[in-house]
Amino acid sequence: MNYHWNWGIYLEQIKGGGETYLSWLMTGLGWTVSVSLCSWAIALVLGFLIGTLRTAPSRRVARLCTAYVELFRNIPLLVQMFLWFFVVPEFLPHGLSMWVKQEMPAKEFLTASACLGLFTSARIAEQVRAGIQSLPAGQRHAGLAMGFTLPQTYRYVLLPLAFRIILPPLTSEFMNVFKNSSVAFAIGVLELTFQARQMQEDSEQGIETYLAVTLLYFICAFIANRGMSWIEKRTRIPGCIAAET
Amino acid sequence: MAGGIVFGTLLAMGRLANLGPFSRVATAYVNLMRSIPLVMVILWFFLVIPLITGRPVGAERSALITFTAFEAAYYSEIMRAGIQSVSRGQVMAGQALGMTYWQSMGLVILPQAFRNMLPILLTQTIILFQDTSLVYAIGAKDLLKAAEIAGKNHNRPMEMYVFAAVIYFILCFTLSTMVKSLQRKIAIVR
Repeated sequence: MNYHWNWGIYLEQIKGGGETYLSWLMTGLGWTVSVSLCSWAIALVLGFLIGTLRTAPSRRVARLCTAYVELFRNIPLLVQMFLWFFVVPEFLPHGLSMWVKQEMPAKEFLTASACLGLFTSARIAEQVRAGIQSLPAGQRHAGLAMGFTLPQTYRYVLLPLAFRIILPPLTSEFMNVFKNSSVAFAIGVLELTFQARQMQEDSEQGIETYLAVTLLYFICAFIANRGMSWIEKRTRIPGCIAAET
Repeated sequence: MAGGIVFGTLLAMGRLANLGPFSRVATAYVNLMRSIPLVMVILWFFLVIPLITGRPVGAERSALITFTAFEAAYYSEIMRAGIQSVSRGQVMAGQALGMTYWQSMGLVILPQAFRNMLPILLTQTIILFQDTSLVYAIGAKDLLKAAEIAGKNHNRPMEMYVFAAVIYFILCFTLSTMVKSLQRKIAIVR
């Protein structure tokens, strides 16, 4: 193994520009975090909505939501990225299609966030449904017996309980969002993986580059994990098994 | 193209089934692999393997090794959960009958654990099947890359992307439906 180590590479100037490699990586980190958070927001809203509707009494609505979940779960994320980026604009009305292709600001970023958001929302919907179904039927009956309407039962009784139950899987889903955002490099979002490839080709210091990027991903995942477990601790229901540990 | 990669990962599943997550090293390995994105792992292996062996390896082979290593981490987690789901009384019962560790493991625990975790294992395999599309990053020719090349050659990129998506969807959807019915069939009656 004859590898030329150079740990100072991060602070070196890039040829033909006033930037350092470190600033490349930081831009990458910025994009990674913003894509992740954006799609996480989309995913949470849509996921809760669809997950709830899947347990709704109306058969047709439930089936429609199941179809949505199956569709997004069974196509690889990367293929979905390409679909959103290359194929979907073609199906829009002509004027809008031209605008999306040529003038839309931060096109890659928006496409990636939307795609990742919808992809994750299908997975969250699945967890929300499982959470609601794991509640004893008595909760629902009690809510209805108190004179709540069905939406009220969901809002005040079922969802708050289900949310607490699914928090642990939501945590790992949140970490997954960070990991999955790396796929966005394929459509040209300047996020960490993209920068890593660029820096590796430019500097030919592959190991140092990837080490730094891996570390950054690790930190992201770790912060996400801590944050979620903080929420978990704060929203714990007193008297449950989890509260005693 | 895609077949080689999928076959390789199936092989990996069989080979790494008993990667013991009991030792510290294994735990660290699993945690590390699970906390960095697959794309990064693919890039890492593509870079590091030639450095260690001293000669370049093709993208396909590199992808195969990567998936073996990466999925080992996930599968071992599932195995662990499966083994832990078997109740402690079963272990004791095995010992009380005078079985050795390996006998009770092989005859009592693992058959039950396997039954418990088979659906998750298969689900993970489906996810893995989807993840193989990520070897795109190092330019290995899987279904997606092939579709893209075909699309460029005939100047019909849209149709080829949609085509790839449809194929993935049909395969994964059929598989996951099968897993669901299997799950119902083999569930242990409690």
